[in-house]
Amino acid sequence: MNINATLIGQAVAFFVFVLFCMKFVWPPVITALRERQKKIADGLDAANRAARDLELAQEKVGQQLREAKTQAAEIVEQAKKRATQIVDEARDQARTEGERLKAQAQAEIEQELNSVKDALRAQLGALAVTGAEKILGASIDQNAHAELVNKLAAEI
Amino acid sequence: MAEQTASGYIQHHLQNLTYGQLPNGDWGFAHTAAEAKAMGFWAFHVDTLGWSLALGLIFILLFRMAAKRATSGQPGALQNFVEVVVEFVDGSVKDTFHARNPLIAPLALTIFVWIFLMNLMDLVPVDFLPMLAAKLTGDPHLFFRVVPSTDPNATLGLAFSVFALIVFYSIKVKGIGGFLAELTLHPFSSKNIALQILLIPVNFLLEFVTLVAKPISLALRLFGNMYAGELIFILIAVMFGSGMFLLSTLGVALNWAWAVFHILIITLQAFIFMMLTIVYLAMAHEDNH
Repeated sequence: MNINATLIGQAVAFFVFVLFCMKFVWPPVITALRERQKKIADGLDAANRAARDLELAQEKVGQQLREAKTQAAEIVEQAKKRATQIVDEARDQARTEGERLKAQAQAEIEQELNSVKDALRAQLGALAVTGAEKILGASIDQNAHAELVNKLAAEI
Repeated sequence: MAEQTASGYIQHHLQNLTYGQLPNGDWGFAHTAAEAKAMGFWAFHVDTLGWSLALGLIFILLFRMAAKRATSGQPGALQNFVEVVVEFVDGSVKDTFHARNPLIAPLALTIFVWIFLMNLMDLVPVDFLPMLAAKLTGDPHLFFRVVPSTDPNATLGLAFSVFALIVFYSIKVKGIGGFLAELTLHPFSSKNIALQILLIPVNFLLEFVTLVAKPISLALRLFGNMYAGELIFILIAVMFGSGMFLLSTLGVALNWAWAVFHILIITLQAFIFMMLTIVYLAMAHEDNH
């Protein structure tokens, strides 16, 4: 247990080891550690950002979906309205057309009736004249009695 | 060593392999404790120096290997281990030492790992390496101590180095005047100049003792703990040598128990040495007086 120069040797060795450690051991290890810490921090940040982005995107998707649904509902509503409108219009049109056709047919019928009546009247006039001729035995001057006959025919 | 007595065995185990000037003027190894003592200061404990250098080299090379391959990506097993140690030391330094000095953390790492490795030699059964050395050299009475931290020279060497750093940084940070003021103007101070001058010797006595106590306590704490631990291992080893079955069995159990407890002690002592070094150097950097 003597104190001797071992002490000096130990101190010298100690300083050499410390210097070596300071120059060649500590910096690379601590740099790697710091770098990894930064990497992990960045990674966590990125993950957080991604999560937030995802949340935003999901929100956006939900909103768009809702909008699309509302729009679709609107379109369907409009289409229904339009369909009823078209049906109504068509019904109205058909009704008017039918009425128009009916009126036309009635007018035609009336016209036909009138013309038939006229023809009948004329024929009746002629028949009357012919009958009168036969009765009178004498020919009646067509021209002289035309007015009379026509008057008669008109009265029928 | 059956031919030896118990006290002879113990004394043999506590004697370093000393290289120095023999009484006849030649340089060589001391063959007795008295011869080693007679060599005076200019002698070397070859076993202490050899083991501490070897352990220091193991530390340096192991950590250098990890540092060379250090990557910020996925670390390997060695890098992982080194990083755990470095991180632990770095945390301890950051907690205590607030000035900027790139030397402190590597210094603390070196102290911690080196002292831990030196202490770790204590867990090698006491006779393994000395007997191996005796067989290899052919000298059955070869002195050989394998735990460098049980040699006060080793612990004092470390502590004086730390002391030199304390003084160096005190002067560097506070200037010579500041350092001297720290030694002489506290803890007692007075507005009265004459009284202040009178108080200087008192202050100096107190502060000087405080300063010198730092390395001495550092060195003796480590030395004392490890020396006592080794002594107990040796005493337990004497029980094996007794040749009595019961005593030997008890010795095995005690050896195991003490070794387990010693794992705590060697780590704790390395940590305390490191922590106190950091604290002392932090105090040297702080200009709070």
